[in-house]
Amino acid sequence: MSLHQLTAHALLDLLKSRQTSAREAYDDVLARIKAVDPKVKAYVRMAYTPPDFVGEIPVPIAIKDNLCTKHEEITCASRILKGFRSPYDAGVIERIKKSGGTILGIVNMDEFAFGSSCETSCYGPTFNPWDLQCVPGGSSGGSAASVAADEAMWALGSDTGGSIRQPASFCGIVGLKPTYGRVSRYGLIAFASSLDQIGPLTKDVRDCALLMNIISGYDERDSTSVNEPVPDYTKALVNDVRGLKIGIPKEAFVDGLDPEVRRSVEDALNLLKKLGAVIKEVSLPHTPYAVATYYIVATAEASSNLARFDGVRFGLRAQPKNVRKNALVDMYEETRSLGFGDEAKRRIMLGTYALSSGYYDAYYLRGQKVRTLIKNDLDEVFKDCDVIMTPTSPTVAFKVGEKVSDPLSMYLSDIYTIPANLAGIPAISVPCGFSKSGLPIGMQLMGKAFDEEMLLRVSYTYEQNTEWHLKKPKLN
Amino acid sequence: MSITREDVKYIAALARIDVPEDKLDAMTKSLGGIVQYVEQLQSLDVSNVKPTSHAVPVGNVLRPDVVKPSLTNQEAFSFAVEAKDGSFKVPLVIE
Repeated sequence: MSLHQLTAHALLDLLKSRQTSAREAYDDVLARIKAVDPKVKAYVRMAYTPPDFVGEIPVPIAIKDNLCTKHEEITCASRILKGFRSPYDAGVIERIKKSGGTILGIVNMDEFAFGSSCETSCYGPTFNPWDLQCVPGGSSGGSAASVAADEAMWALGSDTGGSIRQPASFCGIVGLKPTYGRVSRYGLIAFASSLDQIGPLTKDVRDCALLMNIISGYDERDSTSVNEPVPDYTKALVNDVRGLKIGIPKEAFVDGLDPEVRRSVEDALNLLKKLGAVIKEVSLPHTPYAVATYYIVATAEASSNLARFDGVRFGLRAQPKNVRKNALVDMYEETRSLGFGDEAKRRIMLGTYALSSGYYDAYYLRGQKVRTLIKNDLDEVFKDCDVIMTPTSPTVAFKVGEKVSDPLSMYLSDIYTIPANLAGIPAISVPCGFSKSGLPIGMQLMGKAFDEEMLLRVSYTYEQNTEWHLKKPKLN
Repeated sequence: MSITREDVKYIAALARIDVPEDKLDAMTKSLGGIVQYVEQLQSLDVSNVKPTSHAVPVGNVLRPDVVKPSLTNQEAFSFAVEAKDGSFKVPLVIE
């Protein structure tokens, strides 16, 4: 096995026994990127600053293009931020560097994380390593594709409505959205501040626990960071689910769910039952409203967060030729019109509408109230369940171009992942099978706030008893 | 409720986005479709429900008002589109 194919924990074992060096591993992954990235197109640019190979956990890592990394160009895959070199490190990047993490480069995403396919990027799409005709999912599509293609040992992404879990599912890897407040958002370019959370995309569950150990913890520079003790997540890797209660929401297994996805998730459920878990049918009656709620709350927050991109301080500035309103307003409007892609404009405008005078009560306020109902549903189920299990996405990866002209059908691919963001709870996607066409299928486990350990324990047990996570795409 | 062409022009002005005439119909159609989809929320009774703005209860977070090291002026302007005398330069606003 080549070094680039290793999990991070396998690499760390080799380093410990001095069978390889951090530099050797880094160079091997770089060579892999050179070999396969022309096909996958996961990276938008390689790091300008080379690593110093000092530190305990020198694992080659890919960084999503919305995490500020000092001296690197960080653009949210948008023309409006082209040329922006971050003057500082995000909280998670500081932690990665402190641990010795060796940053390979910056990976692709949907523009400002607005999308589920990586196709709205100003750099063009990333392709799914399992089938280059298909999307890798999104918005952290570059993160997921880089890990699946062995172009990074692990990666960081961000998840506002499923942006870590859905691409992890499409690419056959593990992706975790932590509890809101568990990981500092300082230096994450905001999409929807009440929903965004940074998290790991990894080759297996042990790596997920290891990367959580590095990035979790309180940060006073993020006022929503929660000051709770951080456990050693690797201690949660216990191969035992006996007596644990798994809730299965009946609303999840309805029309629109691909029969192959349904079968794989049901098989996984039966396996966990065989291993001693207790399966319980539950109801989350308001989750069918989650997508509608999300597209009000998230776009409203986005329209406000993206107001800062106006050509004044950083990124693109248009030079209008004719005066229409006045020189400053013309500059704002032309900069934003040139700088943002169609989906970004659509979401900013939708959010502006939901917040505008006369519509605020009917849309934004009502959306926030339905958010309460969805959260209450989950709270109620967690009184008697340890985890809730659903598919991660209703389908396997779709073809590039298939959904770009129909935003609503794209939005519906997040139907299972959105509730965890609205409720602020942690959720993980774990590989649980393949379609006949050879595309990965993922299952989602949601847990109680700050109970990532339970998710890791159930995922680990499942992984120890299956081999899906060991399969690799054939790219050569 | 449906969205009209005039609504889109109005929202575009609020959002400081210029939607050219030839793209107005397409934007009206796609925004209209989404607004129609979110209409489903109107069927729920939320009269006694409190809104959730954050899933985890958060209040004001205060810190001591102490000067700490931060970006230098030079670093902060390293990415400026146009800067002059330690300030961001913008087009003339008042004649």
